[in-house]
Amino acid sequence: MASVMEIYQLLPKTNCKECGKSTCMAFAVDLLSRKLKVEDCLPLVREGKYKASYEKLSGMVTPVEDVTETGLIVHADKCIGCGNCVVACPVNVAADPMGAGSGKAPTCDRVILKVEDGVVKAANVQECRRFGENKILCVACIDTCPTKAIEFV
Amino acid sequence: MDNDNYVCTGCALLCDDIDVGLENGKVAKVHTACRKGFAFMKGCSNPLECTVDGKKTDVDSAIREAAEILRNAERPLIFGHANSSSGAQKRAIGIARKINGYIDDTSSFCQGPMVEAILEGKLKTCTLDDVRHKADVIVYWGADPANSHPRHMSRYSYFPRGKERQRGWEEDRTAICIDVRKSDTAEICGESGLYQIPVKGDVEFMDALVSALSGKIPKTSYDFDKKRLLELASILKKAKFGVIFAGLGMVYALDDREPLYRLMDKLNSVSNFHLIPMAGHYNMRGFNQILFEETGYINRVKFNGAEILHGPEYSVVEALRKKAVDAALVIGADPLTSLPRSVVRHLEEIPLITIDPCQTLTSVKAKVTIPCALVGVESGGTAVRMDGVEIGLKQIVETDRLSDEEVMIRISEAL
Ligand code: SF4
Ligand code: SF4
Ligand code: SF4
Repeated sequence: MASVMEIYQLLPKTNCKECGKSTCMAFAVDLLSRKLKVEDCLPLVREGKYKASYEKLSGMVTPVEDVTETGLIVHADKCIGCGNCVVACPVNVAADPMGAGSGKAPTCDRVILKVEDGVVKAANVQECRRFGENKILCVACIDTCPTKAIEFV
Repeated sequence: MDNDNYVCTGCALLCDDIDVGLENGKVAKVHTACRKGFAFMKGCSNPLECTVDGKKTDVDSAIREAAEILRNAERPLIFGHANSSSGAQKRAIGIARKINGYIDDTSSFCQGPMVEAILEGKLKTCTLDDVRHKADVIVYWGADPANSHPRHMSRYSYFPRGKERQRGWEEDRTAICIDVRKSDTAEICGESGLYQIPVKGDVEFMDALVSALSGKIPKTSYDFDKKRLLELASILKKAKFGVIFAGLGMVYALDDREPLYRLMDKLNSVSNFHLIPMAGHYNMRGFNQILFEETGYINRVKFNGAEILHGPEYSVVEALRKKAVDAALVIGADPLTSLPRSVVRHLEEIPLITIDPCQTLTSVKAKVTIPCALVGVESGGTAVRMDGVEIGLKQIVETDRLSDEEVMIRISEAL
């Protein structure tokens, strides 16, 4: 997962405000959380000297159609459907110990992660440990993924 | 097996918790299978046609032609079987017996040595269900399940909870990867779980571990960090239920199995260790078991009347390289993809029959091609999982193609 600093380093760093933000750093923050897209930085797209940075950024901050309300993104192109995250997610284990928690097909519909057509699909994201009043920095699904297909923004 | 679910034949894990949604008699939605399994269950983009000499024909004529080729051959070869149902494998062995043919499968250049040692009782083994319920130390040796068997770690070997492993992988299990590179599986095992060794360094590593387990200083010519080796030995020693998943990396690094026997013996004198071969194709182990029951050998067999010949000269590689065979039937494999050109060239020079659901590089060169149903999707049967457990396969959709077993029965009858 890219960091704000990594993104910032690739921007023009001129604070030109063409994107509507007051600084390039502010743009970097919004880019990371996918509130803006790479193309919103007009000089980056327009000026040839930024071409390499533009390409690098586009690869780094891949666009996502649906960022869930908790910021969980599944990069479907990277996911191989191994189910590691499904079996490791503490919410899945608690909701479905004999199914998802035991390595098998989920048997209850309160799970957050499950595999459909070979790729992970997220549901019930409001149940995610990273969300709500008692939120914690859970990394179970990120750490167990062999392809880094899960990201939080 | 849960009766509502289907089985994926995408690899030798034979995941039996798959659910599907159908649309117009075709698989449209697949639940729980990994990406590899999903692609497999969707079927092939290029289904095989029924042909003789490149011309489309009906199944009866193709079967008649196939029988003719086999009958006229003096030294026919029947090869493949790793992607065939057990029923078709039994028939294939029957045909080889009838025509005094060579019979061999992909294990001959793959996991054969490991499966053989297990069937001969020389290596202690266990089932994947045992692994899920009990295993606390899991060693992936020359194996990369994250790529070869995507659900291996989530279904059985690392992440799931089991009867004696209720607290989850972080507390209850230790995963170790011994490999020549930092594979995706190694990434999951983490920095401390990876023991990276040089290519062909496996034998020395095994012997060094035996030393470490015996309280001696573990030495390797490549100077592997002795402290880490001792640490590993102590993890292995403390295992209540250990398992080694032997991948092709290990198989190819061993010239013979003695170093592995030494290690397993040592491990079992100080703790409790099992070995499971990482069979790739969904029913390679099934073929090995059936042939073993019938002949005492797992592969590389030639029938000669009542006599059963066995040895490297009857392997597919040697038989083709030496041009010892004069016709071939290939079922459930694609040797033109999996073997070097110098070996398979001979297949293009002799009458070749292929039986497969899909077009393959091999089928393109065949004189006779006979399509069969996709096992596990269009036809049922049984297959043997990588750990030796037999799994019943169910038909999901209707097809007018014969099952692989039916094709073999028809050829056998026509002989
Ligand atoms: S962050 Fe934790 S709770 Fe949320 S989806 Fe991932 S594993 Fe589940
Ligand atoms: S762990 Fe990663 S690759 Fe595996 S199913 Fe989850 S998101 Fe996909
Ligand atoms: S791991 Fe193998 S058997 Fe299981 S769903 Fe994937 S391809 Fe199919």
